[in-house]
Amino acid sequence: MFSFTTFLDLPLIWFALIILAIFLYVILDGFDLGVGILFPFAPSEKCRDRMMNSIAPFWDGNETWLVLGGGGLFAAFPLAYAVLMPALYIPVIVMLLGLAFRGVAFEFRFKAAGTTRKLWDWSFNVGSLVAAFCQGLFLGTCIQGIKVQGRSFAGSGFEWLSGFSIMTGLALVCGYALLGSTWLIMKTEDDTQQWARRCAKVFLVLVAAFMILVSLGTPLINPGIKQFWFSRPNILYLFPLPLFAAGILAFLWLDLRQGREYRPFFLSLGLFLMNYLGLGVSLWPWLVPYAITYRQAAAAPQSQALLLIGAAVCLPVILAYQAFSYFVFRGKTSDEGFY
Amino acid sequence: MIDDYTLKKEYGVIIRPGDINSRGQGSPAADKESAMDVVLLSRIQFGFTVAYHILFPAFTIGLASWLAVVEWRWLATGKKVYEDVYRMWVKIFAVTFGMGVVSGVVLAYQFGTNWSVFADKVGSMIGPMLGFEVLTAFFLEASFLGIMLFGMDRVSPKMHFAATIIVACGTVLSAFWILSANSWMQTPGGYAIDADGGLYPVNWLEVILNPSFPYRFVHMVVAAYLTTAFVVGGVSAYYLWRRRHEPQARIMFGMAMIMAIFVAPLQPFIGDRHGLNTLTYQPAKVSAIEGAWETKRGAPLRLFAWPEQAEGRNKYVLEIPKLSSLILTHSWDGEVRGLKSWPKDDWPPVAPVFFAFRAMVGLGILMALTGLIAIVLFFRKRLFDTRWFQWWCMALTPAGFLAVVSGWIVTEVGRQPYVAYGLLRTSEAASPVAGSHVAVTLAAFIICYLFIFGAGSYYILHLIAKGPGKPEEETYGTHGVRKPPLLTDLGSEPEPDQGGSHV
Repeated sequence: MFSFTTFLDLPLIWFALIILAIFLYVILDGFDLGVGILFPFAPSEKCRDRMMNSIAPFWDGNETWLVLGGGGLFAAFPLAYAVLMPALYIPVIVMLLGLAFRGVAFEFRFKAAGTTRKLWDWSFNVGSLVAAFCQGLFLGTCIQGIKVQGRSFAGSGFEWLSGFSIMTGLALVCGYALLGSTWLIMKTEDDTQQWARRCAKVFLVLVAAFMILVSLGTPLINPGIKQFWFSRPNILYLFPLPLFAAGILAFLWLDLRQGREYRPFFLSLGLFLMNYLGLGVSLWPWLVPYAITYRQAAAAPQSQALLLIGAAVCLPVILAYQAFSYFVFRGKTSDEGFY
Repeated sequence: MIDDYTLKKEYGVIIRPGDINSRGQGSPAADKESAMDVVLLSRIQFGFTVAYHILFPAFTIGLASWLAVVEWRWLATGKKVYEDVYRMWVKIFAVTFGMGVVSGVVLAYQFGTNWSVFADKVGSMIGPMLGFEVLTAFFLEASFLGIMLFGMDRVSPKMHFAATIIVACGTVLSAFWILSANSWMQTPGGYAIDADGGLYPVNWLEVILNPSFPYRFVHMVVAAYLTTAFVVGGVSAYYLWRRRHEPQARIMFGMAMIMAIFVAPLQPFIGDRHGLNTLTYQPAKVSAIEGAWETKRGAPLRLFAWPEQAEGRNKYVLEIPKLSSLILTHSWDGEVRGLKSWPKDDWPPVAPVFFAFRAMVGLGILMALTGLIAIVLFFRKRLFDTRWFQWWCMALTPAGFLAVVSGWIVTEVGRQPYVAYGLLRTSEAASPVAGSHVAVTLAAFIICYLFIFGAGSYYILHLIAKGPGKPEEETYGTHGVRKPPLLTDLGSEPEPDQGGSHV
């Protein structure tokens, strides 16, 4: 049986791949969840149609990264999967139900008429909001750390319900709303675009505030992370990260004022990347924070090796055809019904 | 420096070398009684969510392939009827596929949320298969579905046709991996057990192509094709009966009957092969199917019975002598093993397996019979205008779904009391979560799924009522008068002409 262990560090490669899949999920589904969060505040029905159409061809492909995150974690790090899922039991299932309601809304809304259409508008909005908030809860719970005994989760099952995790939940909702509004600036025109720009400004301020709060809160609840960030020589290496983040915030604000159409979206992505990197270095090398590292959680090397062959062949192809799909549906979106 | 984390102490979570190796131990806080509740509730929840999910792939696997054929006929002949048929069913496909995706995402997480010990123990075995499903199939479907649904204006007809074919291949590929993982749970192969009780792979071919997989895969894909054929057949029979959309309905009905004639009679043979494979690898499941408690030579085939699990016997038996032995051993006096030859702990719940099997076989016979009737009517040139046969086909519209769900009940309940057959008991596989949490999420799943399913069915029925082609083109009688609204069309706003810009 092949396992490549003599020349490849499989757990490290898979750790990197899972981190990448989760990041792609966060930014890709992030903008379409963000559009859902902004949905009820849109100025007109036409505007809502346009918002929906701007993401309808992509949401399914975007959400698939979530399946890869879950499936990949199961395959490559079964122990981490087996501990994290029970630890996050309620928010995981609430998130999945939220995603179900927003997912079907894409199809159902175009088919519904009159008052039932309103129902799917709400289903789309509330589903997106709930899913985003739950994902923020995961983040907060992981930063707080997860209780493990032996190979099992050993907490009460309510660790996700804390002031800190609720704050990270709200922070992620605002972050996704920022991504969604800058996406709309890029993909729409006229009224919708102007409204999206106003939204982006509001959420940019909120995101900046939450970034400060979470950045202060994380080292406070967690002395290890504090020590990691503020000791030499780490502080010198890590210092550019908040600096870049601050720079992106400033450029984003200027772009929104100057009415740029494309750059704000990519700057928002950059902002997410900076935050993600900051969290990543804080939580390294834990897969189940502060209990199980990616090495301890790794599946059998043969399993990681087999799936790596699959990933090496499929991931470039997947990225290529997802890019192709974005290319096919490039440009501004209209409000005409697909159906 | 990272290893210096002081907070590890705060959480009391330092891993000692011995700790991480003790697989299969749930939370010590959970006492035995509540652990039973968790197992039972988790089984109900998993069974409910997976049975709900399978309804959609059972339909979309066949529908995607059929849509590819219809689009091919459309491109090859340029006939508008094919376009009408395609455009009608692609909308139904979109609704069904959407529900399939959202209920499928749930399953990718439920192995961990509810069966974490299972996930930990066999993750190295079936994890990669689920991973391959996402990598090779899920992404393929999800990305090209966008082009299939919304891209008709934006790409060339050939590219669009390619997208349809890719989506169709994606659905079958997806079935390949999922059924491989499921079959491995039934008939595990290619594994070894390490010192701590965890499983690791030693031969991938034996894992992926495990003994029951080829049979289960063919059986399920054929079942999915038949499910679609009977839905299309039932809907087009309704149009023919109402004398609506006749040109399109004849195309649909004809194609559905081709499937009924050529494929439906194959399914009993495939099922028989699958059953003999089960007899080799999971004999207790076959005994439950037969309702056989005692080991017997020349065992009868029980058409009906009321299995009493606790007493280990059947009540109200209606049986045909010696037929069970003939089917299973191909000999009148072959021996059929009874459940009492295994310890009682290893018995699957007999009644659900017994009844579901009879439902599946009964529906399969009705479907094969449909093919026979269709061929007779075809040679009498009465296929499209026999009224009672239209009723028959309408009545069989849900036959495929019912047969698929029944079949899954047979195979999954028959797998009990194991989650990975012979390796890990279901009672030992559940997550260390509180029973109350599972009860709440189970209630939430039932309420949300019924609501979504109700709405989805309503919109699909609406699309069926609307039918293929544009309502504006329909005329009433022969006078070119616009048709009065049908009862089913009331309550919906008149559809504006959308210029055919999108499907």
